[in-house]
Amino acid sequence: MNARAQAAPAPYDIARIHGEFPILRREVNGKPLVYLDSAASSQRPESVIAAVDDYETRHHANVHRGVHKLSQEATDLFERARERVRAYVNAPSTRGVIFTRGTTEAINLVAQSYGRPRLKAGDEILLTALEHHANIVPWQLVAQQTGAVVKAVPMDERGVVSLDAFAAHLNARTKIVACAHVSNALGTVLPVADIVKLAHACGAVVLIDGAQAVPHQRVDVRALDCDFYAFSAHKMYGPTGIGALIGRESLLDAMPPWQGGGDMILTVTFEKTTFNELPFKFEAGTPNISGAVGFAAAADFIESIGIEAIHAHEQRLLGIATRRLEAIPGLRIIGTAPDKAAVISFTLDGIHPHDLGTILDSEGVAVRTGHHCAMPVMEYFNVPATARASFACYSRESDIDALVTALAKAREVFA
Amino acid sequence: MDLKDLYREVILDHNRSPRLFGRLEPADSSADGHNPLCGDRLHLSLRMEGDRVADLRFEGKGCAISVASASLMCEAVKGKPRAEIAHLFEEVHEVLTKHDAPIPDDLGKLAALSGVREFPMRVKCASLSWHTLNAALAHDAAPVKTE
Repeated sequence: MNARAQAAPAPYDIARIHGEFPILRREVNGKPLVYLDSAASSQRPESVIAAVDDYETRHHANVHRGVHKLSQEATDLFERARERVRAYVNAPSTRGVIFTRGTTEAINLVAQSYGRPRLKAGDEILLTALEHHANIVPWQLVAQQTGAVVKAVPMDERGVVSLDAFAAHLNARTKIVACAHVSNALGTVLPVADIVKLAHACGAVVLIDGAQAVPHQRVDVRALDCDFYAFSAHKMYGPTGIGALIGRESLLDAMPPWQGGGDMILTVTFEKTTFNELPFKFEAGTPNISGAVGFAAAADFIESIGIEAIHAHEQRLLGIATRRLEAIPGLRIIGTAPDKAAVISFTLDGIHPHDLGTILDSEGVAVRTGHHCAMPVMEYFNVPATARASFACYSRESDIDALVTALAKAREVFA
Repeated sequence: MDLKDLYREVILDHNRSPRLFGRLEPADSSADGHNPLCGDRLHLSLRMEGDRVADLRFEGKGCAISVASASLMCEAVKGKPRAEIAHLFEEVHEVLTKHDAPIPDDLGKLAALSGVREFPMRVKCASLSWHTLNAALAHDAAPVKTE
């Protein structure tokens, strides 16, 4: 083998990767499953299932408590998972890696523990028009509690939120900026590093909802310089019910706990409790240990393929799917930003997305239909709902064929 | 599960050309129905004559199942007294939700909705108009007409 051949990147072995997901071997309605709903929740590879199984079968006990062997093993696995998650997004220290139930809980934690004690009447919380409800409602709650005001930076007809629009909405009253890294409904990738710079120049702290970014692209929270970054394991081939909040230590140190219980304390008397150090201060109660183990295994799985390779594969599929869908008469793609993750929201003239969803399902093709927990986005584009096909590391070109064929079937039914 | 059982010709026809579509003004009673899961919205307006629904209209946006169900319902209940409508509602509810419930003879065209029961995620689409009708009739149950 010569040096040149060695330097060439390994081809993306889609058959092997697809084969690592047992669920993708099943049939739905008598047809092979074509799973195009990974933006709602991705499937799990054998390695993640095995890691969780091994933990449950051999190592389970409560963490940070007993001196017995199993408690030690469970604690080691849990803390190793924290380190794995830290490394996945290049966070500075595990002290700033807080396990949560998911992205939603991470955002609520910041809204209540960072926002609520600091926000005053008239302060502004700046979101964008394309946020998921999980990055809207927690801020509305804290706004009601404090008298702060929630504002949203508008997007254009492609689903792009420009830096100029951001700059125009930032001012001295802006205390918190919270925005998606990648839109779940439209696929738009936001220029978050530049948004962080603009926001910091105004003295605002920035939370990034990274739920839709972590499975698709390299995320480096140190390079982004954001104050908080929230994401979930189940969007990146891990289990449900576990996620992480990455926080700037100086901010986390100054924030009060947001839930009380075991694990988050050092000493308790009925007069006074001293709180545990980071990150445990924010992890009251027995955590989702098996979930954390699966979370770490999911990060290992992604790195075993390479996030850049996954990104390139998904972008190739996005290009093909966009061209194939655009060629269908009456099909409208909602969200046409130049920088997009592999998510395509669309409507088909004369067929409601819900009917599309049912007909596609009868062909074994799973897509999301509805408002995607982003009702303001639907309102902006003046559609009640869309169908959404989303791609992952295991998606194949033949999945796009199946989608296009199933859409033709929908036309037939509604002819 | 057979798509043809869900999207029967009657359903497709009522989706394409909904009957009694629009809004009665003035109306004796009206109600809004909303299915937040899929974004379906429905406005129903009624004109009563004593105990009877003398006339009604619906308008809104939704999937084929919800539009056709509303259209079929409006046709079926127009001119009928409350008790008969309540009876029809019970029959439709049974047919939509019980897997092997027999289809009563007096359902008429409404029987076309029976395919929905093989698609549990779609039952709410079909029942939205009926729940909205119940709400509109409940408004009217207050001491309304004095003349």
